[in-house]
Amino acid sequence: METITSPISGLRARGVALGSVVPIYLLLVACGVTLLVGCLQSGLFARLTVSGLAVGAAYGSLALALVLIYRATHVINFAQGELAMATTYVAYQLIQWGLSYWEAFFATLAIAFMIGTLLQVALIRPVQHRSQVAAVIVTVGLFILIDGIVNWIWGGNFKFMQSPFGTGAYTIGGVDIEHLYVGMFGVVLASVVLVWALFRFTKLGLGMRAAALRPAAASLVGVRVDAMLALGWGLAAVLGAVAGLMYEPSQFTLDPTLMQTALVYAFAAAVLGGLDSPVGAVVGGLAIGVFLNLLVGYVPAISSELQLPFAFALLLAILLVKPSGLFGQREVRRV
Amino acid sequence: MTALLELEDVEARYGPVRALHGISLAVDEGSVVAVLGPNGAGKTTTLRAVSGTVTRAGRIVFAGRPLDRLGPAAAARLGIAHVPEGRGTFSELTVWENLRLGAYTRRGSIEPELERVFSYFPWLAERRRQQAGTLSGGEQQMLALARAFLHRPRLLLLDEPSLGLAPVLVTEIFRIVRELNEEEGLTVLVVEQNAHLALQVAQAGYVLEAGRVALAGSSDELRADDSVRRSYLGY
Amino acid sequence: MRQRLPALVSLVAVAAVLTALPFVLSSYNTSLVTQVGIFFIAVLGLNILTGYSGQISIGHGAFMAIGGYTTAVMSRDHHTDLIVTMLMALAICFVLGLLVGIPALRLSGVYLALATFALAISIPQLPLQWSTFLGGTGGVQSSNPDVRFLWHTAPAMPERWLYGTAWAAAALLFLAAWLILRGRVGRAFRAIRDSEIAATASGVELPVYKTLAFGISAAYAGVAGSLFVLATNGFAQPTEFGVILSLQLLVGAAVAGLGSLWGVLVGAAFVGLLPQVSTSVPVIGSDHGRDVVFGMMVVIVMLLLPEGIAGLLARLRLLVRA
Repeated sequence: METITSPISGLRARGVALGSVVPIYLLLVACGVTLLVGCLQSGLFARLTVSGLAVGAAYGSLALALVLIYRATHVINFAQGELAMATTYVAYQLIQWGLSYWEAFFATLAIAFMIGTLLQVALIRPVQHRSQVAAVIVTVGLFILIDGIVNWIWGGNFKFMQSPFGTGAYTIGGVDIEHLYVGMFGVVLASVVLVWALFRFTKLGLGMRAAALRPAAASLVGVRVDAMLALGWGLAAVLGAVAGLMYEPSQFTLDPTLMQTALVYAFAAAVLGGLDSPVGAVVGGLAIGVFLNLLVGYVPAISSELQLPFAFALLLAILLVKPSGLFGQREVRRV
Repeated sequence: MTALLELEDVEARYGPVRALHGISLAVDEGSVVAVLGPNGAGKTTTLRAVSGTVTRAGRIVFAGRPLDRLGPAAAARLGIAHVPEGRGTFSELTVWENLRLGAYTRRGSIEPELERVFSYFPWLAERRRQQAGTLSGGEQQMLALARAFLHRPRLLLLDEPSLGLAPVLVTEIFRIVRELNEEEGLTVLVVEQNAHLALQVAQAGYVLEAGRVALAGSSDELRADDSVRRSYLGY
Repeated sequence: MRQRLPALVSLVAVAAVLTALPFVLSSYNTSLVTQVGIFFIAVLGLNILTGYSGQISIGHGAFMAIGGYTTAVMSRDHHTDLIVTMLMALAICFVLGLLVGIPALRLSGVYLALATFALAISIPQLPLQWSTFLGGTGGVQSSNPDVRFLWHTAPAMPERWLYGTAWAAAALLFLAAWLILRGRVGRAFRAIRDSEIAATASGVELPVYKTLAFGISAAYAGVAGSLFVLATNGFAQPTEFGVILSLQLLVGAAVAGLGSLWGVLVGAAFVGLLPQVSTSVPVIGSDHGRDVVFGMMVVIVMLLLPEGIAGLLARLRLLVRA
């Protein structure tokens, strides 16, 4: 996570032309204001925005996982969504075996962490030095493999997991805001903040950042780079598990395709925010969640099937204008 | 005096290309030793061989421990601080974070060392939140020294500290190195193109040529040597 | 010429084997080898794009979809000769590939990969939107004309006809690729792959060649898609062209590695045959067993051969020389 005392001075210190980033912040502020106004005006708008933020938080968490791994190892983890889905199934199973929801939740996070580090050590570490493309293909293989395993163990039919937030709703200004959405948003926010704090304030987090930024220099100061990368994967798996566990209640049923479209949106969010920007990933996720909800809600021509391609048309448009994403920094290629 | 660092017949290569063809040298504890020589002689590679950042063979013993199988992170934990060419600054992180990373292998409080560091480089305290990449070359070099000092190393490997710096700054850097050696007892192995300055600070030196040790001796001996004077000291 | 002899001999050998196979194998197995031929064409195109111009695309499934639907729609509405529809697919996808290649110039590496991933997801959704024209979820069925195989007219697309058409197309396209890559275009491509900056400095007009690479690879994918539809009874369906297809192409290209035609063959065989073959794994049971085995194989192959078959061959060649 970037350490900036104030956005502007930090940016100046980075030597980034102010002209390219201030508009982004202004845009975000403008969007925020628009949303607020819309919520106050229309109940429908408010409901769509709230549920959009909730789903968007899940996308953002998954996108953050993608960005974490990308920043550290320059590998796009295609299996992130399936991993999130699989860990959600693990939670389901733990609940079936008698644990309470929150017991299962935390146990699953621990299990996800272990699986993530294990995957990095066993499958990614051997190839990532030789060929990054090969590492990416390994994740593609994992995608297929995990999908197959989950289907094999639990079958493809729908399962039901009790939502931890109940079915009640808060009523604010005449609008029903469901506990579910508040809970989803809250839990994801808490996880993201915890991860941020880990990176920002702890020595371990600093070591992980150093290992991701400059592995050679990091090892010279004693950082065990390989171990840091494994930890990064572990954390990413945890974020993915949070995404899966929070996304599932909004989908009402649990089946192996749970995270497939979410992964796609997470990619979009990560790219939108800039692949090297954790903040961008989360903001991107929220933006996509809200935007798509509003779009489908207000524009009848765009059915929910068109959401996906529309999201991508938008993504492509943004990439054409700012190829490194909203918050990303343009790579300067040394000649 | 026992040698803190001993290299015996050390070879090193970059892929198929051999850069060191059997180097032997020794660094006594508490001394400053200079490694001189022309470009491509293998000076930087020698430091890399010690810290384990290059493929190497041969005997390397540090404080009685063989370093053969150890990588750079392990070497760092043993007390070897390597300031590479380019300073190894984490440009994207702040000055403070860079310093903190210097002390990565340390447990417990780093307050005393911090105070010392800030007394050597007072401006570091004022600019702790500045992004390290925006510092000037000289400042980055001083940051690198500060970072290395926070490591509390037994051995400092310093690679071309004068590179790209104005002469005034270079003199300052070497003054600080000498002070660190005399006041704090820091053992330093320094690679340097500027033989004149290096020999002023060092007690002993090695001249490398084409991956081999061409000449070795105390700095007085080296300064008196004809070939050294002609090739490296300019007179 | 002497250096070329082993390559020429192996080429002739492969051609001979391929010609003999349909007469030796069962109908089902023949169709499997047809699949390999189809993937061969698509992976070859992808190889040109990635291996020679250094651009990564995870979206060529989209071009296959376009090619496939071209064949199906043209055949359904206009009863166009199937071979002609393949040529149309080639042309249309070439142009579309050029069009995609232009904005692709602005994106590099990962961003390009993800943008093309976006294509792979979006394009197959289009038939769902324009369902009247493109058949929606029901798909488009091409008409079943008598197919002309040289002088012999046979009823609707028997296995051997498909096999022959697919591999004949593969051979022609392979020849075309070889000719293209020998000449100036190929040199330009290789220069771009090695160093874009150096290439530009040497006068290679980057945009032209990079866009060209996209067009060519898209055209190949289009033909492959056309054949793909023909091989599935002339039926074009959105689900056939989902993301999985693009990922399969990617895996095929990765297994192939860069710079070896044998690699392309092996890569095509890997994605064309393995999923089907692993259906017969007893323990796990058909569909899921297939995924588990295939997924595991992809992971294992990549761990063992990070640079693909091409890398393996290169290393073997070094060993032989030493």
